[in-house]
Amino acid sequence: MSEQQSPFRRFWSEFQENRFAVLALIVVVVMALLAFFAPHVVPQNPYDLENLSLLDARRPPGFVGSGGYSHLLGTDPQGRDLLSAILYGLRISILIGLAAGVVALALGTTVGIAAAYVGGRLESVLMRIVDLQLSFPAILLALVLVALLGQGKGQLITALVAAQYAYFARTAYGAAKGERRKDYIEAALATPLSGRQVAFRHLLPNCLPPLIVVATVQIANAISLEATLSFLGLGLPVTEPSLGMLISNGFPYMMSGRYWISVYPGIALIILIVAINMVGDQIRDQFNPRLRK
Amino acid sequence: MLGFVIQRLLQAAVVMAVMSAVVFVGVYAIGNPIEIIIPPEATQEIREATIKRFGLDLPLWEQYFIFVTNLLQGDFGRSFIYNVPVLELIAGRLPATLELVLISVVTATLLGVGLGVYAGYRPESWIARGIMAVSVLGFSVPSFWVGLILILIFAVNLGWLPAGGRGEVVSFLGVEWSFLTPDGLSHIFLPALNLAFFKLAMMIRLARAGTREIMLTDTIKFARAAGIPERQILTQHLLKLISIPIITVFGLELGSTLAFAVVTETIFSWPGVGKLIIDSITVLDRPVMVAYLILTALLFVLINLTVDLVFALIDPRIRARGA
Repeated sequence: MSEQQSPFRRFWSEFQENRFAVLALIVVVVMALLAFFAPHVVPQNPYDLENLSLLDARRPPGFVGSGGYSHLLGTDPQGRDLLSAILYGLRISILIGLAAGVVALALGTTVGIAAAYVGGRLESVLMRIVDLQLSFPAILLALVLVALLGQGKGQLITALVAAQYAYFARTAYGAAKGERRKDYIEAALATPLSGRQVAFRHLLPNCLPPLIVVATVQIANAISLEATLSFLGLGLPVTEPSLGMLISNGFPYMMSGRYWISVYPGIALIILIVAINMVGDQIRDQFNPRLRK
Repeated sequence: MLGFVIQRLLQAAVVMAVMSAVVFVGVYAIGNPIEIIIPPEATQEIREATIKRFGLDLPLWEQYFIFVTNLLQGDFGRSFIYNVPVLELIAGRLPATLELVLISVVTATLLGVGLGVYAGYRPESWIARGIMAVSVLGFSVPSFWVGLILILIFAVNLGWLPAGGRGEVVSFLGVEWSFLTPDGLSHIFLPALNLAFFKLAMMIRLARAGTREIMLTDTIKFARAAGIPERQILTQHLLKLISIPIITVFGLELGSTLAFAVVTETIFSWPGVGKLIIDSITVLDRPVMVAYLILTALLFVLINLTVDLVFALIDPRIRARGA
């Protein structure tokens, strides 16, 4: 007697077969939890200037500062405890990456599905714009937009969304174009359901697998883009440093051997991005029918 | 074919017109350059005279009209900060960017194809796994971080190579180049490596995928059956067969590497166009920003146009669909 498995169960049991992917998933979850509960985990609120003392600035890892506790990863030029600053920075990076990824997913999917479903003139205009945008590197587009819109979380997310939605639109369009021709869509159209209901209730769910893959990769990309922009001094305001800005702050001190200010935030960033990408790789392999056993 | 060419040319022209308007309005919507150009202790007369001289008192559409008219005559205006024609400024910085980009893309391609072919030829070996791990890192790790680590290892800890600047340059064909002097070469090494890393990852993947596919085809079977030595099969037949996608990507990458050079040039204080644009953004030097954006847009439009036309030339199906 074969047990009826839900699609999610089956997916999870396949996922578990790849030890590295499971490890990566655990890393992502732990980092997200640490970032989310940062205020309860870390010894210091790095954004509260009253907590900071310049006497503690640029101290090496293990230094016991005026707060009476050991700075495990050292302190930055403003006297912030680096571990605290990294977890708070992680919070901002994850928040921005998720927000940009989700909005880009929603916008891109709508554009792609609308183009494939409606067809005709709308299709050619929308996809022309998307293709045009894909021919420009995302980093250049984001750079220009941040320069034009100014600094701030909202502006940064807008720039990232504008730079990334096209990838989702392309993917959704490709998937929806293929599904559109299938019989079940024709059958759904024969019922009294409205066109919008057919597009979003029936067409969209069948286009999801490739979109999920693109979404994981694009969240990692958004985090990396944000860090790059912040590193160039074009991202967020200085008062709430993201990981990229922490790295940028420490860069001038690296030459004098104070490596930890840049290196530890960087390591946190790399671990996060690589782990997300590994999870994404595994999901892609599982969705790829050619690699199915 | 002629219809297709005209259609694509018109399309490129429309894109450029839209881009110029978007860039102009966008750039002019941010910040007020007057505060930066005019010192705070300036008298009211000097203030007004300066505003008039730069045409900042005219309505926006009039400024745009003047801008486009000048643009069509090849005049991008003068930089607010350096007070030299923008085109001259960018042209002066271009050789530095160009030599950096060319060296990195060529290195990445040669190295990437070599490693990728090996990884595709012996996919199960440990070396191949190592190569693929490097390529995964190349895709995941942000390029500014790679640059930082390179500086930390080779410039700070080992002290082998300089961390920034162009070093000694030598004049050739009326332009100054770094890569022709030993000192300049030592300066270009780290930024070029940084810039090449991402491209290397891509080339490895392309070459590996191509190799794995071609090795299974009858061409290779027959070549082996004919007794051609394995080395000759790889260097002569395989390379030729995987070269088409690699050459295409090589061309496309030249353009996008120019965009990535912005990050690398900032880290290594490489005095190229990318560093110029970041500096211009921070000091609100509008004419330089506008000119850089429009020239970059033009570059990408030209690259896409060329790719479209070349593909249409090769593949008649595209021609039929496009016209």
